[in-house]
Amino acid sequence: MEHFFEAILKPWPWYVAGPLIGLTVPTLLLIGNKSFGISSSLRHVCAACIPANIPFFKYDWKKEIWNLVFVFGVFIGGILATNFLENPNTFVLSEATIADLKALGIKDFSGLMPADLFSIETLFTAKGFIFFILGGFLVGFGTRYAGGCTSGHAIMGLSNLQIPSLIATCCFMVGGFAMTHLLMPIIFRLF
Amino acid sequence: MNTVKEIEAKNDINLSEPFVCEAPNDMKKPESWTDNIKYLIVGILFGIVFVKAEIISWFRIQEMFRLQSFHMYGVIGSAVVVGMISVFLIKRFNIKTISGEKVEFHSKKFQKGQVYGGLIFGLGWAITGACPGPIFAQIGSGYVVVIATLLSAIAGTWTYGLLKGRLPN
Repeated sequence: MEHFFEAILKPWPWYVAGPLIGLTVPTLLLIGNKSFGISSSLRHVCAACIPANIPFFKYDWKKEIWNLVFVFGVFIGGILATNFLENPNTFVLSEATIADLKALGIKDFSGLMPADLFSIETLFTAKGFIFFILGGFLVGFGTRYAGGCTSGHAIMGLSNLQIPSLIATCCFMVGGFAMTHLLMPIIFRLF
Repeated sequence: MNTVKEIEAKNDINLSEPFVCEAPNDMKKPESWTDNIKYLIVGILFGIVFVKAEIISWFRIQEMFRLQSFHMYGVIGSAVVVGMISVFLIKRFNIKTISGEKVEFHSKKFQKGQVYGGLIFGLGWAITGACPGPIFAQIGSGYVVVIATLLSAIAGTWTYGLLKGRLPN
């Protein structure tokens, strides 16, 4: 039993986390006939708060309220895991990644996020504008344009053998590689 | 007999879309507020997995896009395999939901948006270190600055809705 609690506090390996995430698909389908997809929650927020007579936001969002309850749960899960299941050991990152990011100017490797980047002070700088404001905008705009994100396309769509989801997933990866290898070195050099 | 076009114009809706929402609620029986507790619990467990497997980490996403760790590929790959097997079993054995309904699946139609939007999301994913799911868990983990990312993502979604008719798709 002690081993079990020790293992829970340590970072979970991919072969535990991946299958658990995969099980979300049948769980949501069987408890309420819901297709897994998270970025839709952003659309429901728009439909509920700022529809502005835009046809894309004119639908019965109240029927989709489960999705907002679900993401609220993800938020609560984040609070619980961070405060009650905290990893007692230091965060382990691949040496190669540390070297690459050091070259870009990242200094703090102690937490899940680089503390020198993920701070309120950074938010009000040009760098923060790119990393949070522009980055967030691309996430929201891109996922809706693509009709889904990693959950709706990569996990739900691929589980249901949808070719468009495979295309979307490949494009997510291509975009990510382009940002990491082509654009990020430029962004870090600018600021 | 009204044509589809007339109905669309009258109600200001677009019926040619395959469905209103990409992660639709297909449950026929209406659900009360207490029914939503199920989704809250699944969400909480999901959020805990996100944090404990460090999927919410900006560093892990960098590791993935730099091909310097198998972790994220293992997570997404095994999630897809488990999802695929589950969907196969539900279809094969015609497994019903707990309220006895037939499970609905939607086929997705190819649209150019999956390419353009996919690339745009990929750029944002690598720079913020966040897909829409992990954003919520990051905020819960105390990274207050991510609230800005979330608000911006909502603004991005809204802007897409505004420009939808003028974008190639």
